[in-house]
Amino acid sequence: MQASKVAQTAKQTAMTFAKTFPIVLGVLALASLVTTAIPPQSISEALPMESVFGPVFAAVVGSVAAGHPLTSYVLAGELTAAGASLATITALIVSWVTVGIVHLPAEAAILGTRFALWRNAISFVLAIMMAYVIAVLVPGMP
Amino acid sequence: MPRTAKGFAKAFGGWLFLTAVAGLYGLIALFNPVVVAEALASFESLLIRIVPVLVLVFGLLFLASLFLERKWLVRHLGKASGFGGWALAVVCGVLSVGPLYVWYPLLAELKGKGTSGALITTFLYSRALKLPLLPLMVHYFGLAYTVALSVCIIVFSVLSGLLMKKFAGIDVSEQEEGHVK
Repeated sequence: MQASKVAQTAKQTAMTFAKTFPIVLGVLALASLVTTAIPPQSISEALPMESVFGPVFAAVVGSVAAGHPLTSYVLAGELTAAGASLATITALIVSWVTVGIVHLPAEAAILGTRFALWRNAISFVLAIMMAYVIAVLVPGMP
Repeated sequence: MPRTAKGFAKAFGGWLFLTAVAGLYGLIALFNPVVVAEALASFESLLIRIVPVLVLVFGLLFLASLFLERKWLVRHLGKASGFGGWALAVVCGVLSVGPLYVWYPLLAELKGKGTSGALITTFLYSRALKLPLLPLMVHYFGLAYTVALSVCIIVFSVLSGLLMKKFAGIDVSEQEEGHVK
C-alpha cells in the first residue's frame, strides 16, 4: 500500500474528526443538561402511563430521554410496579434507543436533515406499533 | 475559507452548535447554577465513558476509508445486496457499542461510498437490542417478554429500513449505483 494513500486517508479522517467532534461534544452537553434539568422519571410521573395511551406517552418520554439504556430498564421496572402495561414499557425501552430528539441536530448535520427527520419519525411510530404487537405476543403479562 | 453562508455553516456548523449549547448552559446558570453544575459533572463522566468508543469508531472510519472499495460496499451493502445486506446491518447494529451519535461519522462515510440508506436505518434501529443488558431484562420482565422483544426488534429494524426506502426516498447512494456498475 502506498504511504501517500495512508497519509491522505489519515488526513481525511482527522478532518472528519475535527468537523464531528464539536457536534459530539454539543450533543453530549445537551444530553447531560436535558437529563439533569428534566429527568425522564419526572415526565413519566406527569403523564398517565397506565392509560390506554400509555405507549404513546412512553414513546414521547423515550424520545426525549438521552441517558444510558440501562436507565430505561430501571424506569420501566418502576412503571411496571406502578401499574403500567408491558406495551407501555416496550414503547419506552425501544424509543429510548431508536429515537433521539436531543441527537437530532447531530444526526441532521452528519447524515442529512431529511434522513434524520424521517428516521426519527418512523422509529417513533414503530416503537408504538411494537408496543401493541408485544401486548398481543405476550398476553399473560400485565 | 468558505465564501458563502451555506459553506460557512457546513464548515463551522459543529462549532456554532457547540457555542449555542454553551450559551444555553450560561443562560441556565444565571437562574439555576446547581442544575448546570450537575449537568457538567454528568457531561464529564459521559465524556470519559465515550472516549474509547470514539477511538474505536474513528479507527474503523480510517480503516473503512483506506480499505473499503465503493464497488464492494455497493455489492454487499447497497440496494441490491439482498438478504445478506439486511443480515449484516442487523448483526453489526446489535454488536455495536456506545451512544448512537458516535457512529454517525462512520455511517456518513459508508453512505457516501454507496451503502444503502435503508440498511443504515436498519443498523441504527437494531441497536435497540442490547446483548449485555439481556440478563437484566430477563430479571425485570421475564424470559418470554425478553425473547418476544428481541425478535420484534430484529423484525422491526428491517421494517424501519423498508419504510425509509418507501417514504423518505433517502437512498441517493442507490441512485448512484448505476454509475458504479
